[in-house]
Amino acid sequence: MKSHAMCSNMVRCLGDGNTSLQKLATSIVFFFCLSDVSCNSVEQKIYVELNNTVPCVRLLNATHQIGCQSSISGDTGVIHVLESEADLEWPLSKGPNPPYMVLLESSLFTRSIMMKMKNESNRVAGVAVVVPNTSPPEFSPHTTCPNENTGVYSDNYGPNLAHCNTTVWNPRGNGLSYEEFDFPVFSLKEDNETEFIKQCYLDHNRAVNGSAPQYPLCAMQLFSHMHAVTNTPTCMRRNDINFSINPEMVCDPLGDYNVWGSIRPYNDTVFGHKENESVVIAAARLDSRAFFWEVSTGAEGSVSGFVTLLAAAQALREVTHEAPPTRNILFAFFQGETFDYIGSSRMVYDMENGKFVIDLDNIHSVLEIGQVAVHSGTNLFLHSDPVSRRNNTVNDEVREELFSSFFVFLLVEPNVSQPLPPSSLQRFLRAQPIPGIVLADHESAFNNRYYESFYDNAANLNLTYPSDLSPEEQLEFVTDTAKSLTDVATVVARALYKQAGGNESLVNNIKADPKIVTQMLYGFLVSSNNSWFQACHKHTGRYGVLGYLGLHCFVFFCLLEPSPPEYYYLLANLTGAATNLTQSQCQKPDELPNESRQMYSYLWVQGIVPPNSTERDSFCVRASVRLTKAVSPAFELGEYASKDYSTWTESRWKFIKARIFLVASRDLEMLTLGVGVAVLFTSLLVTYFISTKADVLFSSTREPASAAY
Amino acid sequence: MTASVFFGCTFIAFGPAIALFLFTIARDPLRVIFLIAGAFFWLCSLLLSSLVWFITVQISNKESSSQQKGLLIFGVVLSVLLQETFRFGYYKLLKKANEGLLMLSAEETMPISIRQLAYVSGLGFGFMSGAFSMVNILADSVGPGTIGIHGDSQHYFLSSAFMTMAIILLHMFWGVVFFDSCEKQHWWSLAVVVISHLLVSCLTFQNPQYVGSLVPTYIIVFLVGLWAFFCSGGSLRNLKLCLTCKDKDFLLANHRPR
Repeated sequence: MKSHAMCSNMVRCLGDGNTSLQKLATSIVFFFCLSDVSCNSVEQKIYVELNNTVPCVRLLNATHQIGCQSSISGDTGVIHVLESEADLEWPLSKGPNPPYMVLLESSLFTRSIMMKMKNESNRVAGVAVVVPNTSPPEFSPHTTCPNENTGVYSDNYGPNLAHCNTTVWNPRGNGLSYEEFDFPVFSLKEDNETEFIKQCYLDHNRAVNGSAPQYPLCAMQLFSHMHAVTNTPTCMRRNDINFSINPEMVCDPLGDYNVWGSIRPYNDTVFGHKENESVVIAAARLDSRAFFWEVSTGAEGSVSGFVTLLAAAQALREVTHEAPPTRNILFAFFQGETFDYIGSSRMVYDMENGKFVIDLDNIHSVLEIGQVAVHSGTNLFLHSDPVSRRNNTVNDEVREELFSSFFVFLLVEPNVSQPLPPSSLQRFLRAQPIPGIVLADHESAFNNRYYESFYDNAANLNLTYPSDLSPEEQLEFVTDTAKSLTDVATVVARALYKQAGGNESLVNNIKADPKIVTQMLYGFLVSSNNSWFQACHKHTGRYGVLGYLGLHCFVFFCLLEPSPPEYYYLLANLTGAATNLTQSQCQKPDELPNESRQMYSYLWVQGIVPPNSTERDSFCVRASVRLTKAVSPAFELGEYASKDYSTWTESRWKFIKARIFLVASRDLEMLTLGVGVAVLFTSLLVTYFISTKADVLFSSTREPASAAY
Repeated sequence: MTASVFFGCTFIAFGPAIALFLFTIARDPLRVIFLIAGAFFWLCSLLLSSLVWFITVQISNKESSSQQKGLLIFGVVLSVLLQETFRFGYYKLLKKANEGLLMLSAEETMPISIRQLAYVSGLGFGFMSGAFSMVNILADSVGPGTIGIHGDSQHYFLSSAFMTMAIILLHMFWGVVFFDSCEKQHWWSLAVVVISHLLVSCLTFQNPQYVGSLVPTYIIVFLVGLWAFFCSGGSLRNLKLCLTCKDKDFLLANHRPR
């Protein structure tokens, strides 16, 4: 920024502490640095702001709070770079200058170290984790048994299967994401800023030959004060306090939107049970999380699943137009499944209460796509619920129709007494025994080594591109991962078609398009700002953060009209049809005879740029794709301590920042204060003395009578 | 650094000024008014000099550091000259005002002498100058950090505070000497005042060698203070009398009312 360059120029000048010029410059610098808030020369000599940091925030549920908290004016600590677990002695007991700000390499970011620091938290001011570009062998901060209390297995339903008694789904999980820390934990990237911090530590904080390091010491201050405390009922109650004109909210329920689409459209205004309507639901989940805020990509955890389902939806478009199957197929993408099945519990609740276009009785079966990254071999596993299969009729349905639909892959049925993995199907089963299958690439425990962690990225899916490609070429390049996911999508599409009672002879014509799969993988895992996403989207603009639940309310404002997420546009483009409507007709299609907003959604998409022009070829897409609210029913019902539904909320905060600086010793500070007080007293005494003796001191031999003192 | 550094530096920088204000100025409303007017005059001089500097910086070559340094020196010199000019202007204004006040008031004698006005105006200049020097630094001293992460000296706050104290005292002494030499038409002593002001300001170019700038500055404070003492009617004899507490006898002997 130009003004910032001028300011920094002046900073060099002002650095001399030049008295007259300081007076000059203070006014000038203030005058034309008004626009640049950070231009304060003395402040820039003291603090170095850290810009690439990601905090860990506080989340609350019905009974607990998890995450991290700092004090309201930030937590300051002397930096200590931890070398090994044994080195923890220094900040926790031996170090002479507590509290310490511990800087960890990611290999030391383990449960045992974090728990030790949690127990001695009066000596630990905060933790900063340096996240490298390469992933460790395995790391999962999630619990070992995800969503164990809100699934279908409980003391009443398959008690021996509940709480992961038979199968531990995420054995690598260390549960760090669900611990509560009362100091801030930030993550830093491995870049120049982190090098600067380490250099500052080496210059000032190293203990030489066992003696204490000398002041001034290098320190870091982290601000991440969270407003909400205790649990969800408490913070929701505090939200409702209306003392002032602008009531201050302290937390927000986690939630966003589910996306669903169907082969045959439904009237969006007619809810409840539909006679003679039988629907096959194909489900996938959209979200993922990490220990730190908003950095999750969930490549294997969620992207593999919903990309497969999107590709399958696209593969079914043609054949379902030619030869529509007897049953309808509903593609459902659930948001918020990480946090106790927010999206699916909401959809089931809506179905139970007649607020959705179909009813639970309309559901024929459910096919859910779980984690299908298919790393090694060609095994896909079909998980089903053993308890509902014991019921014979359900058992037969499952056997006949679903299992016979699969071929191409080596499809294996895991041990019959193994429960369903954590999946949206569990919420459907909680309401009603529905035949369902969860498709996954793991037989028992997850294959994903980075479940719900910030390392679950493109590298985890082995998504590699040749190095000499431009971004546009990378977008089009079909990777091996894309090929294997395309095969899975083909299998899924064929199974769905058969399941929906389609024409058997046309099944072999269904093929998923690898180009679409690879473009989606590129867009969701590498760069969302690419030409294909832009073509599908309504406007060039913000691409919402993927993976983490899109919280539309934070700090003090709520976005009134959240822009629909990427997957909505993608599903519409992949399953819908392009029309000839103009832009204004697209916005008001009800005026036309054959179009109806109740049956379809009409989206104006940008389209691609034809080779010989600069204007985009925009057009109107008509698709039977809808968004439905995905906020937990607990918030609709006001049951904030509910045990049945998700009660997760996220705290609000004012600002989050980090900075480093040097701290002086307490002795020097006290000395300064002492000198100041001494100067003040001395000057008071001397002045008193002089002023009382003024007429003696300032008399001269000949004093004109008119002078008065 | 923390609240202790903040208060320490505030007391160091403004201690003498606060003490002087409390004991000599606060009781007399007329003196307060002239103090504030003096502060305002200093502010005007700063505004003018900063305007000039701003314009010259804008039209200069911002990349060349030697030119910027030269501009800095030019700015300092200009500011000093403008401050002294405004001091002279204030003196002229006060002379006129005093005549006017005398005409209007019922009393025979002037309510406030030129000597007192010199002292008050000098202190006013000092207050405003100290405020502009120090407030920005004090605001940053409240935070938890201290200067040094980019390699600068740690003693920035302390030395700024001492420098500010010196400048406030100097402005007060300069005020006394300046008005006195204007009264007696001793133009050479006026020049010495201006030169000493320039000298002190240019000494700050020595920073961050704080010893090199603070020690000569305090020597100059002492010297100018002595000069001001003698200008305002003091003498060694009076000083000795005061210090040995013989002033009561002296007063009685001279029949001077207190």
